[in-house]
Amino acid sequence: MDTYQLTVNGQQRSVTVDPGTPLLWVLREELKMTGTKYGCGVAACGACTVHVAGVATRSCIVPVSLIGDRPIVTIEAIGDDRVGKAVQDAWVAHDVVQCGYCQSGQIMSAVALLKDNSKPSDHNIEESMGGNLCRCGTYPRIREAIKAAAQQLK
Amino acid sequence: MIRSRAARLPVIVSVLAILAVWLAASPHSSGQTAQRTVASDDSRENGLAAWDQVYSVLTHPRCINCHTATSYPQQGDDRHRHFANVVRGPDGHGVPGLNCATCHQEANANSTGVPGSHNWHLAPLSMAWQDRNDRPLSSAQLCRVLTDRSKNHDMDGPALLKHHAEDKLVGWAWEPGRDITGAQRTLPPLSRPEFAEATRQWVEAGTPCPSGR
Amino acid sequence: MSAATTSANDLRLSRRTFLRASATAAGGLWVSLYLDFPLAAQEPGAGAQQPKTYPPDAFVDIRPDGKIVIQVNRLEFGQGVQTALPMILADELDADWSQVVAELAPAADVYKDPLFGMQMVGGSGSIAHSYQQYRELGAKTRAMLVAAAAAGWNVAPSECRTESSVVHGPGGRSARYADLGSAAAKLPVPATVQLKNPSQFRLVGKRVRRLDSRSKCDGSLKFGLDLDLPGMRTAVVAHPPVFGARVRGFDATAARSVDGVREIFEIPLAKGTGVAIVADKFWPAKQARDRLTIDWDLGGVERADTAQLRAQYKQLARSPGMRSIARGNATAIDRVAAANRIVAEYEFPFLAHTPMEPLNTTVRFDGDRAEVWAGSQFQTVDQSAIAEVLGLKPEQVTFHTEMAGGGFGRRATPDSHVQREAAAIAKRLTGTPIRLVWTREDDVQGGYYRPMHLHRVEIGIGANGMPASWRHVIVGQSLLADTPFAAFMIKDGVDATATEGVADTHYDIPNFHVFAHHPKVNVPVLWWRSVGHTHTAFVMETLIDELAARAKADPIAYRRRLLSPKAKKLHSVLRLLNEKSAWRRQLPRGHAAGIACHESFGTGVACAVDVSIENKRPRIHRATVAVDCGLAVNPLSVESQFEAGLAFGVSQLVAKGAITFRDGRVEQRNFDTYAPPYMIDAPMAVDVHIVPSAEAPSGCGEPPVPVISPAVANALARLTGKRYRTLPLVTL
Repeated sequence: MDTYQLTVNGQQRSVTVDPGTPLLWVLREELKMTGTKYGCGVAACGACTVHVAGVATRSCIVPVSLIGDRPIVTIEAIGDDRVGKAVQDAWVAHDVVQCGYCQSGQIMSAVALLKDNSKPSDHNIEESMGGNLCRCGTYPRIREAIKAAAQQLK
Repeated sequence: MIRSRAARLPVIVSVLAILAVWLAASPHSSGQTAQRTVASDDSRENGLAAWDQVYSVLTHPRCINCHTATSYPQQGDDRHRHFANVVRGPDGHGVPGLNCATCHQEANANSTGVPGSHNWHLAPLSMAWQDRNDRPLSSAQLCRVLTDRSKNHDMDGPALLKHHAEDKLVGWAWEPGRDITGAQRTLPPLSRPEFAEATRQWVEAGTPCPSGR
Repeated sequence: MSAATTSANDLRLSRRTFLRASATAAGGLWVSLYLDFPLAAQEPGAGAQQPKTYPPDAFVDIRPDGKIVIQVNRLEFGQGVQTALPMILADELDADWSQVVAELAPAADVYKDPLFGMQMVGGSGSIAHSYQQYRELGAKTRAMLVAAAAAGWNVAPSECRTESSVVHGPGGRSARYADLGSAAAKLPVPATVQLKNPSQFRLVGKRVRRLDSRSKCDGSLKFGLDLDLPGMRTAVVAHPPVFGARVRGFDATAARSVDGVREIFEIPLAKGTGVAIVADKFWPAKQARDRLTIDWDLGGVERADTAQLRAQYKQLARSPGMRSIARGNATAIDRVAAANRIVAEYEFPFLAHTPMEPLNTTVRFDGDRAEVWAGSQFQTVDQSAIAEVLGLKPEQVTFHTEMAGGGFGRRATPDSHVQREAAAIAKRLTGTPIRLVWTREDDVQGGYYRPMHLHRVEIGIGANGMPASWRHVIVGQSLLADTPFAAFMIKDGVDATATEGVADTHYDIPNFHVFAHHPKVNVPVLWWRSVGHTHTAFVMETLIDELAARAKADPIAYRRRLLSPKAKKLHSVLRLLNEKSAWRRQLPRGHAAGIACHESFGTGVACAVDVSIENKRPRIHRATVAVDCGLAVNPLSVESQFEAGLAFGVSQLVAKGAITFRDGRVEQRNFDTYAPPYMIDAPMAVDVHIVPSAEAPSGCGEPPVPVISPAVANALARLTGKRYRTLPLVTL
């Protein structure tokens, strides 16, 4: 067990865990932030996506020991960000969610895309969102909501 | 049993790109071919023998999986397409939201089976060592690609040697860590010193390439 | 009203008060529409018309703060009932929608499905079965509130009207529902009540956004897996590598060395035995499981093997099997010349449901009672199973319904195997809440799949290009054998869930003969969203398309010619689809259109897709869907189910869309090797057109699924000239 100082959503948090523990489980079980989801544990579904130093990151496969001092932002705080808020609002306006379990990750990936590319094409959306599974299949609305958020951010 | 059951299953995590320093190398006289001194038949013979050794490493999955000619990396010893629609992106680092760094960190993550090293990325298309159908280039073809200074960030023989012997991302191939089943990833057929030595012999022989296709 | 002088407690339509005050409210009216539904409750003499009682207070709670809390009698796992059922009730109640709160009801008799007689989600029946029930509940509650207001004003209830949670009386008087609670609670529940004329609906039929949207976008909504109870521990189970294998012994030395591991012990499973690991948190539990060495006893356990099963099924398909349908001449086909015959064999793999939220259940056993938290499609069954494991009566088990991240049938298991595991572990640790997690690997490898199927079809084509004779053999495991449902759904040995979509086809084929084989295989199987229609619609709709192509007929016109005039919904959706898919006639080069239609769960669906081939995969540029689901209670939700349900249906086509066996072991492991559709695989855009209808609502959860894969395969056939009969589509 080792102790790590993490910056999560702007706050300093200290956790004592096995170094191999993935960030996902640190967030969910140590810090009780359950908005970030466990879907596969192998980075194949994207439900666990958070931002680490601004990079969309699959928290289920990144051991906490490799985080270092990079700041972490999760779904719980992405709404404080202008792009994050626009994406969440677009998701609600387009009634995107069904079961909703994958949507934290979808939103985190979409925000990473829009922060880099303010006018994503269908191709850009497909590539950037390409690793996020939605078992319900809400993809057409995810696509629309991303375009709407981009419009709104113009 | 859990472990043996897991071990049967396909290797999950991706393998590597070995050419980080190539990108950093300063391009001074691009378009030229790597230095090729006139060598004796013996020397050329030895050089080609050394090249065979080098080629056996370059075409190992730990190296060639990130020297694809397609829009995606490969993974595993069977060199299958990287899962979850991972793509090359404009500069070999993926795309926003799905970068290489979305998973691959500065070091291997052995508890989860994800490989990592500094500046994890795909080699550029100019350095593809496979064809569009994911077949490795022949020894002659790969040798020509590798020594073409218009394609290799203008590296001459000594620069290639330095790259093979010292580059960190290249070195990952010999410290590839554990896969998701907990098994050690397989290593290239030569050790890194052996690889460096074979490269040195090949470079000293003037980086000869096999003739033919 | 005396709101100011009454305590908040009195104001509340509290359950206890109301239960005393209430007579029973009959909910049986709806049942009569479904008399032919083949379930126990509908069998003659099995109490089909038994009146059910629904004390409305158990469904609606009018709170003094103006909030109206409506209990949803089923699991919400994406299908939208958590919004649609409250809409129905709130409409008849004339409630202020902005003040409506929906809650998932716990397990209790009053929340049983009025038709199925158990609390469950299945058969796409949530709205269909509870529409009338929720209308009556709303109308009765409204009637009591009006009666209370009228009495207070000393006027006739007929002089009052309601709007947005307010009763308006003569002379400009008005009273808020919130203030009428205590008076209303003292009144009897009316035995009958006048329902609205549909033209008076304010919510039903309108596009209403989901109530759970925001909380699913900001991470605040808690799913079952997000539960955090004081003292809770997490358990995982090492399941056998072959179904039914047993633990002979195990070495837990390394596993116990993991920090945070509490207990490791053997437990019984639905099939065989396993080893449970209980730890403080998930990660140590999983780490410990990875370090366990288990000696499995595989003796006497059949080892399924996909290649062998395929060979066996092919053999079986050449013998008639059990008769499902016999219409017309059985041997007519044998006299048809080979040139006018189609002989086709289709193969379908095992499919896992893989809902995004991994399976989980939390149980705390307190000796004489227990408490359970689970996202369950089968509350009644799971509650009983847990009670049985714990030696309790079902009523001693408090069962909370947790929001679930998808399910698609996977959370409706007749043997409650996940809940039994959780209970078995909780029993060992009395007083400790145990959260059992099935990892994704457990889920992919753990069975309960859509069964593998093989169809063999012989068609004799008549002079008019229409099928004159049809012999159809379906081979696949029975879903219902050895379950409590067997008695109602298996007839003459034929499991209706394997033949639905073929046996009850609306295509008018004079000589029509259907047979089934249900081999026993050591692989647990389960209904997978749209059940038998997953494979039967593919077979029917690709063959009909092939026939249409041979007849050089328009695929829509051909279908309409062959469909019975009685298939009103299919005719209406094909008509609408034809109108909405004019784009079919002006596709770019390299694109082709594909058509399919199918009726399931009472809903007619027709679909047209625009497909090209990109990177050796089908690329679905567009899908146009026409739907006849009777009255669409929430058209926005219907559109959403269809848009997304098509993508779910694409699961059957994707290259990594098969569970296969070798030597008894599942060859896939996680989403890396068994991959449902990603965005690139799904239709890029879907337009949904709903046939306007005032008929009773029918299901929308499952009907989107069957049409998409045959429509895509039909488009591909136009592009490549090949007919696709083996799923998934590994190569084109």
